Amino acid sequence: MKTIKLFAGLFLLLFCLSACAQPGSKSNVADGSNAGLILPKGFAAIKLADNVGKSRHIAITPQGDIYVKQLAANGNKGILLLREEKGTGRAPIIKSFGDYGGTGIAIKNGYLYASSDVDIFRYKLDDKGVVIDPAHPEKIVTGLLERHEHESKSIVLDDEGYIYTNIGAYSNSCQEQDRVKGSPGMQPCPILDSAGGIWRFRADVPNQTYATGTRYATGLRNVVGLHWNKSTNSLFVMMHGRDQLHDLFPQYYDEKQSAELPAETMYELHNGSNCGWPYMYYDQQKHQKMLAPEYGGDGVKQGGENAQDPIVAFPGHLAPNGLLFYTGTMFPEKYRNGAFIAFHGSWNRAPEKQKGYLVAFVPFKNGKPSGDWEIFANNFAGINDITSPRQAAHRPCGLAQGPDGALYVSDDVKGAIYKITYSAK
Amino acid sequence: MTLKFLFYASIAFVSTHAIAQPAKTLQQSIARGKVVYNQVCNSCHQADGGGVPNMNPPLIKSKWVAGDKKALINIVLNGFSEKVAIDGDYYSNSMPSQSQLTDLQIADVLTFVRNNFDNKASAILPQNVKMCRKKQ
Ligand code: HEC
Repeated sequence: MKTIKLFAGLFLLLFCLSACAQPGSKSNVADGSNAGLILPKGFAAIKLADNVGKSRHIAITPQGDIYVKQLAANGNKGILLLREEKGTGRAPIIKSFGDYGGTGIAIKNGYLYASSDVDIFRYKLDDKGVVIDPAHPEKIVTGLLERHEHESKSIVLDDEGYIYTNIGAYSNSCQEQDRVKGSPGMQPCPILDSAGGIWRFRADVPNQTYATGTRYATGLRNVVGLHWNKSTNSLFVMMHGRDQLHDLFPQYYDEKQSAELPAETMYELHNGSNCGWPYMYYDQQKHQKMLAPEYGGDGVKQGGENAQDPIVAFPGHLAPNGLLFYTGTMFPEKYRNGAFIAFHGSWNRAPEKQKGYLVAFVPFKNGKPSGDWEIFANNFAGINDITSPRQAAHRPCGLAQGPDGALYVSDDVKGAIYKITYSAK
Repeated sequence: MTLKFLFYASIAFVSTHAIAQPAKTLQQSIARGKVVYNQVCNSCHQADGGGVPNMNPPLIKSKWVAGDKKALINIVLNGFSEKVAIDGDYYSNSMPSQSQLTDLQIADVLTFVRNNFDNKASAILPQNVKMCRKKQ
């Protein structure tokens, strides 16, 4: 009798163990693998979600829910709302809405803002941070230029009621014929009237257009990662530098130089800033602004006399798609007010190996970089030598900070959402 | 008997020769095309023809590559920058016109892509390219 009871008990226990060990129900809490990422000591990562669709930028509510902007709407799933289940390390989709794909998403003063490649919308949030009327957003800005190149619109808000969006140049270097060898640069570049910069709008006025917005900064080829730095109270952006120096000007640049140049650059912007595109590019090896070869440059002549200098210059083509100034207290002191950059990973280094596919960090003190940039989170791609971008399993795109100071990273290959935490031990 | 043998032998000789000759020119065209590909197409479509996700489409098993010759030649001559779905995905870069290449270079590079990246289609000849240019 006793033995039977024991057996039954053992059986139940075994059954439960095996059931719990099934992948579907297995808890996803930190197991030391860091979801495949390589991180500094003391940091841990989990994948809160995977395969949710190409995930561009992300925003976290004060309650810790995650809004994810999808590249494609796939019907009515342009925005996903994910909620972390406590203790399981998973964040299932609890809501999806929005019939437009896009990149930008931000939360400010009780509203969720999101962008397509043409318009910016906003949705009122309830006191739990959930969108009240997902089918009827307010259109804040409409009719932004979308010319099939650098068309994504990222958004960020300041504390004075303005929203900022990048309008990427529909061109590599403002040639008469884009990317055609031998085609000269247009002088002046007509693209700059309606693109190649940052535009500013009111965050609360419906149906604004170019006519009512302000061109806040110009000479920016394409910005995807941008953030409002609270410690300087100013806008910071990461610019994607130009492509194809060797393809277009083999007489001045060999394949190796073309893989490293020009820099991917960080700028601090103010109303009226000019960062010099397309007339110049920044050479991070010479620490100089160079005349673009479409405008008479040859890899030696300097240029950009009227353009401002970058704050940080990274190696070429890493494709900075996310920028975040860290204000939390979970991470060690070193990270406070510093910048995280999500590098989507290069394609324009071929035939050299591709690089990027990582999250970098730049320490800041008193609003200025206080040290060199370093790799913070690596191995999103899952392989070491990338000769073609499609080999990368994941490509970091968006960054967000949780209410507890955790760092979230989105991936736009299949749509993984990572959460990176720190605990001193 | 001997006559018959000679007859068949000569047919066999002529036909193998006739087949071997284009096969050799085909291989030469593919080899030249690979050089053009590396110079002109590689940075966008990549060494494996896999393209760049969401930016430049793959040329692997591509219906454009293996399909209608004229349409394919025109992509290279005129460039391609329309919002069209390629296998369900959209690509947000612009493909520049490569009309500065010679007829032979375009024929070679297209013959190269039509015989690589899991594509199998007939060769494109310089005169095919010339015809398309004339119609511009
Ligand atoms: C600057 C980047 C770039 C270069 C250089 C380039 N392409 Fe393209 N190519 C593209 C883009 C982008 C598209 C898709 C355009 C669209 O969707 O509107 C494309 C489309 C194509 C297509 C049709 C779509 C498909 O998937 O098959 C073919 C074929 C093609 N390219 C072949 C070539 C060849 C051959 C060369 C070299 C002679 C070349 N391309 C050079 C960017 C490029």
